Amino acid sequence: MTWRKLVNMSMFGITALCTLVTVSTLFFILGALIYHGATSLNWAFFTRLPVPVGETGGGMANAIVGTGKLLLLTILMGVPAGFIGGVYLSEFGGAAFSSVVRYTADLLNGAPSIVIGILAYALVVKRMGHFSTFAGGFALSLIVIPITLRSTEQFLRVVPQSLREGALALGASKWKAVVTVVIPAAMRGVLTGTILGVARVAGETAPLLFTAFGNPYWSAGWLHPTSALPMMVYTYGLAPYEDWHRQAWAAGLVLLVMMLIANIGARLILSPRGAQST
Amino acid sequence: MVHGITFVFAATVIAIAVLLVTQLWGQSALSRAKFGWSFFVGRTWDPVAGEFGALPFIYGTVMTSALALLIAVPLGLGSAIFLAEMAPPRISDALTFVIELLAAVPSVIYGLLGAFLLVPLMRTVVQPALIATLGYLPEFKGPNYGVGVLTASVVLAIMILPFVVSISREALMAVPREQREGALAVGATRWESTWQVVVPFARLGIAGSVFLALARALGETMAVTMVIGNDPKISSSLLAPGYSIAAVIANEFTEATSDLHLSALVELALVLCLLTIVINGLARLLILATTRKGTAQP
Repeated sequence: MTWRKLVNMSMFGITALCTLVTVSTLFFILGALIYHGATSLNWAFFTRLPVPVGETGGGMANAIVGTGKLLLLTILMGVPAGFIGGVYLSEFGGAAFSSVVRYTADLLNGAPSIVIGILAYALVVKRMGHFSTFAGGFALSLIVIPITLRSTEQFLRVVPQSLREGALALGASKWKAVVTVVIPAAMRGVLTGTILGVARVAGETAPLLFTAFGNPYWSAGWLHPTSALPMMVYTYGLAPYEDWHRQAWAAGLVLLVMMLIANIGARLILSPRGAQST
Repeated sequence: MVHGITFVFAATVIAIAVLLVTQLWGQSALSRAKFGWSFFVGRTWDPVAGEFGALPFIYGTVMTSALALLIAVPLGLGSAIFLAEMAPPRISDALTFVIELLAAVPSVIYGLLGAFLLVPLMRTVVQPALIATLGYLPEFKGPNYGVGVLTASVVLAIMILPFVVSISREALMAVPREQREGALAVGATRWESTWQVVVPFARLGIAGSVFLALARALGETMAVTMVIGNDPKISSSLLAPGYSIAAVIANEFTEATSDLHLSALVELALVLCLLTIVINGLARLLILATTRKGTAQP
C-alpha cells in the first residue's frame, strides 16, 4: 500500500519535472534573446540600412519593411483564398469532398516549408527569371492558405445551427445568411485564426531563401528581391563578424516579441475577459 | 454562383498539393534519369564532378530525427500526462498556453540559440564528458567540434517537444471520464489509473503525436542548417558533423552550378516531401481515430 502511494507520489514529481523543463524553455529563449539582443535595439536598428562589412552600426530598416511587405502580400493573396475555401467547407461542401480537402490541408500544413519554397520557385521565380518580393509573398501565401482554411472552417462550424435557420426562415438566401449572419458571428474566431496564421509565416525563413532572396539595400519594388527579418537572423547569425552577431540577436528578439504579441493578442481577442477564462 | 466561387478556393488546396508533387517530379527529371535508384545509395556529393548521391543527407535527416524523438518523446509524454491527468485544471491551462507559444517560436530563433549557446555548451561540457565516459563506443568517439549530428538532434528535440505535448495531451483528455472513475473505484492510485487505463486507451493518439513530431523533425530546415556542421559524410560517431536533406537544399539551391545539380536538389526535396506526406498522413489517421472514439479496448 505504501509502496503504491510512493510510486504515485514520485510519478507526480517526475511528470511535473518534465513539464517544468518543457515550459522553462520558453522563458530561457526569451531571457537569452533579451540578454544578448536588447542592448542592440536602438533607433538606428529600426531606421538605418545595414552597413558594409567592417563598419559597425547600421540597422535593419530594409528587412523590417521587407517583412511588412511580404506579410501584406500574404494577407492580400493567401488569407482571403484560405478564408473563402474555409467558408465552402463549413457552409456549402458535401461530406466526401470536404474531408478530402481537410485532409489535404492537414498534409500541406505538415509539409516542410522549404519544399513549398521550391514550389514557389518553380511557379514564379523560374517563369519571371528573377527573385522578387512577389515570389516571397507567393511562397508565404501557399503556406498560409491551408492554415487559414482550417481555422476558418473550425470557427464557422461552432456557430449554432439555429442562427442559420433563423436567417433562412426570414427569407434570406443561403449565401446572404452566410455573409450577414454566420460569418459575423464567427468573426472573433476567424480573426484569431488569421493572426496566428500570419504570425506563423512571419517567422518563416526557408521558403524565402530562393524566392525573396534577400537584399542589403532598400528593395526597389514588388518585383525586386527583398530582405526580411528572419533571413537577417540567419545570414547575420552565421556571418563571422561580431557586430553582425549582435544585430542577429536584436533581430531575433524583435521577431520573438512580434510573435508573442500576436499569439497573446489572438488569445485575448478570442476571450476578451482575459486568458484565464478559456 | 457564390457556391461555385467558394468551391474553387477550397479546391485550391488540392491544386497546391498536386502542383507540389508534379512540379518536384518534373523538375527532378534530369537527376532521376541520370542516377535512377542509385541516387539513394550514392555516398558522393560533388557538384564540380557532377556526381550526386543522397545517402549522407538521408542518413543525417533520419538519424537526427530519430535521436530527437528519443529525447523528446519521454519528456513530452511525461509533460502531457502531468497536464492532462495530474495538474489542477487552472495550472494545466496556463502551462498549456505557454507550450503553445513555444510551438510558435520561429525555427531560425532556435537555430540562433543553438549556434551561439548550445554549440559552445556541447563543445566544452557535454561532448568532452561523453567522450570521457562512453568514448569506447564508436558513437561517442569524437571529434569534438560542438556542431554535429548530436547537437542538431538536441535542437530538434526541443523544437518538436511542444507538438508531442499538446497533441498527446489532447489524446489523453479525450479519454472518457468513466475509464478513470472505473480504475479509481477499484482502488487504483492516480498514477495507476493514468498508466494502466488512460494511457493505453489514448495510445493511438499518442502514436499520432509522435509521428507528427517526426514529420516536423524530418522537414526542419533553418535550425538544423545552423548546427549540424554541413558536411556530407556518414560517420559512425554521433558527435561528427553531418548534413540533412533540408539543410543542403537551403545551402545550395540558389548557388547550384548546373542544371543537374539543381535537379538533384529538387529530387532530394521530392524525397523529403513524400516522406513527410506519408508520415503526416499516418499521424492524422491515428489522431482522428482516437479523438473520435478512443482506442478500442482489447
